[in-house]
Order: sequence, then C-alpha cells, then structure tokens
Amino acid sequence: MMSQREKINLEKFELIIDSFQNIKGPLIPILHEAENMYGYIPIEVQNLISKKLKISNAEINGVASFYSMFHTNPTGLHHIGVCTGTTCHLNGSGKLLKHLEHKLGIREGETTSDGQFTIVPVKCIGNCDAAPNITIDGKVYNAVTITQLDELIIECSDK
Amino acid sequence: MNQILLNQIKKDFLENNPKFVAAKNVHPLEQRIVLKNYQVIDPESILEYIANDGYQGISKALTMSPKEVINEITISKLRGRGGVGFPTGLKWKFALGYESDDKYVICNADEGEPGTFMDRHILEGDPHNNIEGMMIAGYAIGASKGYIYVRAEYPLAASRLQKAIDDALELKILGDNIFDTDFSFNIEIRLGAGAFICGEETALMESIEGKRGLSRNKPPFPAQIGLFAQPTIINNVETIANVSSIILNGGEWYSKIGTEKSTGTKVFSLSGKTKNKGIFEVPMGITLYDVIYKIGGGMSEGSTFKAAFTGGPSGGVLTKDHLDTIIDFDSLVELGSIMGSGGIIIADQNDCIIDTIKHFMKFNAEESCGKCTPCREGTTILYNMLDDITKGKSSLEDLEKIKHLSKMVSTTSLCGLGQAAPAPIFSALTHFYDEFIDHIEHKTCKTGVCSMPVKGGE
Repeated sequence: MMSQREKINLEKFELIIDSFQNIKGPLIPILHEAENMYGYIPIEVQNLISKKLKISNAEINGVASFYSMFHTNPTGLHHIGVCTGTTCHLNGSGKLLKHLEHKLGIREGETTSDGQFTIVPVKCIGNCDAAPNITIDGKVYNAVTITQLDELIIECSDK
Repeated sequence: MNQILLNQIKKDFLENNPKFVAAKNVHPLEQRIVLKNYQVIDPESILEYIANDGYQGISKALTMSPKEVINEITISKLRGRGGVGFPTGLKWKFALGYESDDKYVICNADEGEPGTFMDRHILEGDPHNNIEGMMIAGYAIGASKGYIYVRAEYPLAASRLQKAIDDALELKILGDNIFDTDFSFNIEIRLGAGAFICGEETALMESIEGKRGLSRNKPPFPAQIGLFAQPTIINNVETIANVSSIILNGGEWYSKIGTEKSTGTKVFSLSGKTKNKGIFEVPMGITLYDVIYKIGGGMSEGSTFKAAFTGGPSGGVLTKDHLDTIIDFDSLVELGSIMGSGGIIIADQNDCIIDTIKHFMKFNAEESCGKCTPCREGTTILYNMLDDITKGKSSLEDLEKIKHLSKMVSTTSLCGLGQAAPAPIFSALTHFYDEFIDHIEHKTCKTGVCSMPVKGGE
C-alpha cells in the first residue's frame, strides 16, 4: 500500500500485465499491482485484464470482490485499520475501532468524503505480543492508546 | 556450487568472523531446532546461514535416494505443524507415488489464526532454512518447482524470502543442476490478499491459480491432484523448517525429542495477560503451567489466570484445572481443544468467555468462503445467537438450539473452517457452563465486558 495514487493509464497497465505473461496463475499478482497503483481496481482495468488474460469480466470481478485487500471502489489516500485479532480484542481493540469510527465519521470499510482515509478491516497481523495494534498504510503500530491513535491521525492528515 | 565449495564458504566466513554464533534470550526450558538461527544469524546474509551449517541438509539429501530422504522423515515421526498433525513422511510418500513431470511443493505461509505469530518470526528470522527445506521436499517427491504462499500482511517476511531466493540463485544453490546433480528447483513467492480461508490447503491452491479461495472437495487429495491439477505437497512453514535438521541429524535423533506420538519441538506464540510474551520453542509435551509461570514469567500485575485459548477460532479453552496438562497434538484433543498451529492466548479475570467465543464466531462467519451452506449460513446464525446471549436476550431453549446447530455445522461442513468453527462453543459449554447461565438466566456478565440490560427495567 502506498499513499500516492496514480492516474489510470491503460497503456501503462497493459505493459504490467505483459510482464506477468510468463507465470502461471497471474491474476492475483496483477490485481495487487492495480490495487497498489490506484488504491482500488477500476472497472476499465478489470476489463483490460479480462481482454488480455482471456478471463471473463465476471470471474475477475468475483476474484477482486472475494479478497478483503482488493477494492472495487476508490479508497482513501490512507488506509487505517485496527487489528481485531483475539489478543487485540482482549486488549481493547473494540474501543479503539469505535473511537476511530467516531473520529473519522465513517464505519469500517468506508472512506471519508474528502478521500483522505479508509478504515480497512484488519484481521490478526501476528503482532499479538504487543497488542493492541493498528496499521496505517501497511505500517504496524504497537500497544496503541486512544491518545496515540489521535496523534497518528493528525500526523497522517499533515502528509 | 558443490559440497567442497560450500564447506570452503563456511570455513572462510568463520575464520573472518571468529565471534560468530551466540543465541540470545533462550529460556532454559527451550530447545531450538526450528529457531536455531533465530536472532543468531543475519537473516539477510546467505553467508551467515551457510556458516551455521546452512544448505548442508540439501547437500546431504542429494547423496541419498528420494525414498531414503522420505524414510528419514518417516522415522522422525514429524507431523504437520499447521494444526492437523498429519504425518509428513506419509504425505511425501503419497506424492512420490504419483507420476508426473510437473509436481509442486508449496510452503503454506498464510498464518492467519488470530493470536498466532510464530511463522512470521520463523520466516523473518531465518528465510534460508525454509528455502532449504522446500528443496529437500522437492527432491524427495520429484518436484522442480515450489511456491511460498505468504499472507500480504507479512511484507517483511515476503521481502526477506525474496532476497534469500535471489541470493541462493546467485550462488547457484537454487536453480538448475543443484550441487552438480540432475536435480533442479525454483521457488516463486505468491502473496495472499487478506483471506483467512486461503490457509486451507485446497483454497490456497485455488488462490495461486488466480481464483477465489474456495475449498475443494477431498478426495482427491493434493498429493494426487493438487496445484494446477498436478501432484502437490503442501506443508506449513514450521514443518518445512524442521526438515533440514532432520536430514542432517537423522530421523532417529528427532524422534527421541518430545512425546511418543508428537515428536520433536514445537514453536509456540504466547500472548495475552502473562508478563512475558513472544515466541519460544520447546520439546513437545510442555505443561500449561510451565508455559504460563515459567516461560511466561507468571501473570501480569493484577491479573489472575482464568483461561488459555489454544487453536484460535477452531480450538478451545483450558482452565486452571488443566495446568498440568501437557500440550501436544493428542492430549488437548482429549480435553476438547486442539494445539492448533501453536498460538496460546492467556485470559484473566477481566475477560469474558462468552464474548471471546462470540468474537471467534464472528471471525469464522466473516472468513467462511461461502461455498458450502452449513458453514456460510451456520456460522452467521451462531454468531447472531451468541450475540443475543451477550445482550441478555436469550433463553435456555436458545442454548439448546445453539448446541444442535453447532453439531450440524461441525459434521456437515466441507472443510476444516466450518467443521471446527463450533469447537470453541463446545469447549466453553464444558468448562464455563456457569458463564452461559450467568448471561442467560441472570442477565449478568461478571466481567462487565458484555452490555447487559439493567436489572429491574429494560
């Protein structure tokens, strides 16, 4: 995940698809590329992949919608999530998530109207010995308090 | 690359780095095989790996026949560390028995069970050991291609594995005609995309093939028809991390560690309300008491031990009556729990058992792939029913319905996710029945976690 979004350029993306021509089962690696570049997998990109890989649009959409890390609608510049693994849950991640939702005025899975933040669902990220954890744009923050969460949001907004 | 060159690299490195090799933070109860290089070598240095006997296992394996390699694994009695505990040697033997030009080895690094993080540390701390284990597996079954399926939540593990692959290719340890033999092997990394079900072996193969991660019907088993419809073995990270040491030291050596039916060591991840948290590796058969009070250093300040969750959302709960229980594949099953992949979460007096099993069911409901009805519908209904209990909206009659539905989901689901999803409910009913009664009959949650209607008025 990156906090820069590229403009959709199908010619450029075609070259990316071509670079995966030699591997078996290239669809998911290609969808990762699109997600990293655009923050979601635009329908025109799905159509292009469909044409190039000779896989139906329906199947591509099915795959894109199955995996929680792929989005079929535009997402925010920053992806912020509260880990909901068991140890984080026992250490108060529920309160952190509620606070975050209240603070940003959106529910988990939604994007703020200014396009700055998406609250992404985060399952266990394997950092349970330092629970509760949050992630911002893929980076993990340990043993987070509500005050620290507020500070991190401000830090992000300044970027 | 050949044996002489490998030994020369090792010798040169040790001469230039005489103070090399000192394990840190190892508890006296630990025995490190999987973690032998963890925090000892620089995980990004292939030279340090070689200096600590790295790639000697594959070098030795290549002087043996594939059958001899599998025999050594069979003698070790190594069982799969992903949770099921299937004998690794038998799995490999099946795959060797099927003829094909395109067989595959898959390393399952889609560690997703909440509260479990040993595979992340194993891969981040010693990526070459997994590469070597996969090579040995490939040689044993006659495969020349391996895939490591790493969950996307572990970017550091993925990048260190990629560097390890690149460095091994450069030294010609990986690639064509390894150690001047006919054996060739290549490894590709695939990233998951946030679907827990892809840790299930057949769903994982669907995912590599570029499809939705839906579990397949079994049989046929992967050893016969696996990835791209070819014979495939799929092993967990920790299983593979044992392989090179077994080949180097012999299956006999390994079989003497641990308990009779669960040999070797196990890496556990400990989290929750103990003083010390993190990963540790001990011979199979450690007691729960030793985990909490010796390795864990006792409970955190102000915490009293209430329960240990093992096996995550597919497992169960242990109580203070089980402190002397040894932890291995079989003894926890007798108590209605499982060792699972080795995550142990310690709960204290402030944690509500009903709320926690509700949390597990929410996870299962969200992560169900949706292919079979009992799991797709059943887990959601069970979640809603547990949610009602935590809100004081249930009767004892509802509890009977929960038991009935749980039994149905566990016996009729297609794969392990659904089959094991009700396990925490059964376990909690056995060991914490009082808490169900508190919530249902008395509309109280003693821990205060669940928001119950105020008594006397609703």
